[in-house]
Amino acid sequence: MGRTLWELTRLRLLLFLREPEVLFWVFAFPIIMALVLAFAFKDRGVEPSKIGVLASAPDAVRKALAASDELEVETYDDREVAEHALARGRIDVLVSPGAASEPPLVHLDENRTESVTARLRVRDALQAPLRSGPVTEERPVAAVGSRYIDFLFPGLLGMNIMGTGLWGIGFYLVDQRQKKLLRRMLVTPMPRAAYLLSFITSRFVLLAAEVLALLAFGLWMLDVPLDGSIVLFGLLTIFGAASFAGLGLLVASRARHIETISNLMNLVMMPMWLGSGVFFSYERFPEAMHPFCRALPLTALNDALRAVMLDGAGANDIAPELGVLLAWGVVCYAVALKVFRWE
Amino acid sequence: MSAPAVSAKGLVRRFGTVVAVDGLDLEIDAGTCLGLLGPNGAGKTTTIEMLEGLRRPDAGEIEILGMGWDRDGPRIRQRIGVQLQETMLQEKLTCDETLRVFASFYAHPRPRDEVMDIVGLVEKKGARVGTLSGGQKQRLALGCALINRPDLLFLDEPSTGLDPQARRRVWEVVEAFTSDGGTVLLTTHYMEEAERLSDRVIIIDQGRIIAEGSPQQIIDGLDAEAIVEFRIASDRNGADLPDGLFDDLPGAGSVRRSGDVVSFEVTDVQAAVFALLQRAKEHDVALDDLRTHRTTLEDVFVSLTGRQLRDG
Ligand SMILES: Nc1ncnc2c1ncn2[C@@H]1O[C@H](COP(=O)(O)OP(=O)(O)O)[C@@H](O)[C@H]1O
Ligand SMILES: [Mg+2]
Repeated sequence: MGRTLWELTRLRLLLFLREPEVLFWVFAFPIIMALVLAFAFKDRGVEPSKIGVLASAPDAVRKALAASDELEVETYDDREVAEHALARGRIDVLVSPGAASEPPLVHLDENRTESVTARLRVRDALQAPLRSGPVTEERPVAAVGSRYIDFLFPGLLGMNIMGTGLWGIGFYLVDQRQKKLLRRMLVTPMPRAAYLLSFITSRFVLLAAEVLALLAFGLWMLDVPLDGSIVLFGLLTIFGAASFAGLGLLVASRARHIETISNLMNLVMMPMWLGSGVFFSYERFPEAMHPFCRALPLTALNDALRAVMLDGAGANDIAPELGVLLAWGVVCYAVALKVFRWE
Repeated sequence: MSAPAVSAKGLVRRFGTVVAVDGLDLEIDAGTCLGLLGPNGAGKTTTIEMLEGLRRPDAGEIEILGMGWDRDGPRIRQRIGVQLQETMLQEKLTCDETLRVFASFYAHPRPRDEVMDIVGLVEKKGARVGTLSGGQKQRLALGCALINRPDLLFLDEPSTGLDPQARRRVWEVVEAFTSDGGTVLLTTHYMEEAERLSDRVIIIDQGRIIAEGSPQQIIDGLDAEAIVEFRIASDRNGADLPDGLFDDLPGAGSVRRSGDVVSFEVTDVQAAVFALLQRAKEHDVALDDLRTHRTTLEDVFVSLTGRQLRDG
């Protein structure tokens, strides 16, 4: 079993290294993605809100709005044109004159964050002339670990561990099945468990290369922090890789065609792209969905990665997440071994 | 006499309503080669895969090297070598790496260089599988089947799709294995292959055995020394010939026509051909492509089924 496992692991790695496209997707792509995102979320100072105001609004109102450097004001003569601009999101709020001696009206879309922000800024601007001094002092955060990229990076790392685990295993297995190589293995005394296990062991080796490359890039180029222990970080990624290797085996355990496996993979990954807090926290979903989100392996991995990297969490803190990852890995592997289609 | 290396009784395998193998018995004596000859779809692959433990028979019993699949699977697998009908090896591995992986499955593998030597791929050791010719790939697959010094070798159409020279090189490897005392079960739809490699042949059609014995015994069973074959010249319409024109030639057996080709089995070639030419002259019929050949397994198959071995 030991020798077989070693040889099968070696085989998987050799085959992997001989696929240039795969190398690109595993190493280059996530780094390019992190670069692009880092650029997209670079500090750009405060962006002014774009607002519209009707020409019929009182002069005082229009002057106060124009005076604010948080607002970029567009004046409309025609109410319908202005409302259309709001509906299309070209302006964040629209200010129109109030009836008789009422205050001006602010039209907004409460579901849009920009709209809500603009409302507050408008309120601020209109109140400014009435106040003697500022109500609050403001100090923007600059602390390491609190930028969006700091939040995003562990999510990207997790997503990458998931993606390479699932895709790498899925396509390879379907290919082997189509070539009838799996059947050829069946007439040898090769232990079947060793064959499936080799997918997990070979993942560990690739994982080291992949995660180290991304981590080095994150630490040096993006200044992402790694507050916790690097050993714990390594252990966590191993748990993550094993978990997704198991999931990959299960997803690929029956599929016979590349299209089938593509669809299955997307179906499995979709909820995690959305619900596992890669790009935004899953806390934004309704409370009722949180337990479901937290049960997903990618959520466990992302949460634990963030805890270790950003909050310097220790092993005890991330024990529940490690448990979730382990459970997914073990259960998927065991089921895959049972239902695996060798022909 | 020692126990047979393979013994199967009453094998049946159905796929839905298709009965792929329909009550088949076979035995292979240790150290001999059995050829399973039949056209496409005859049930050869289904039969050999049941014997290899890849498919469970719906009915019947199988004993391999004195063991049964239910209890001794892993032990049987240590001692058999298998070449499946259509395995594509990993193109991006080298020959040596391919053998290395297979070697790791067995308790006592042969040195890889020895295997390369047996299958004649020594100079291709470091070449990627994807760069090999069809014949070389087939020999590498044979090498994988031989890596554990098997006592029993299963070969499913080992030379299908190869050119004659590549085919002969595959045959040489198989012959070397049998001359070392190995036992072989081979399926093929080439009668030359069956005749050359097999000590005994089983001809199957539609999942049943229709003839069995040594190639010579089977041919003798047809009771025809040779086959005479000719075409009726194209400018004369076959319909114009009197019915049964060639039916009662001395020394000739049953007549068969397919298209404008007429053939019959003869027991006395000289007498039959002489009578044939005379009869043709009498009726002013021109015979094209007149030839005779020694009876082959193919002729036996045609005689028994009315179809050609290579009909799809
Ligand atoms: N997996 C399968 N599913 C359904 N029918 C099959 C399957 N394998 C073989 N058959 C059918 O069984 C019959 C015998 O096939 P096979 O054993 O492959 O013949 P051979 O190897 O002699 O060409 C054929 O009619 C074939 O269509
Ligand atoms: Mg076949």
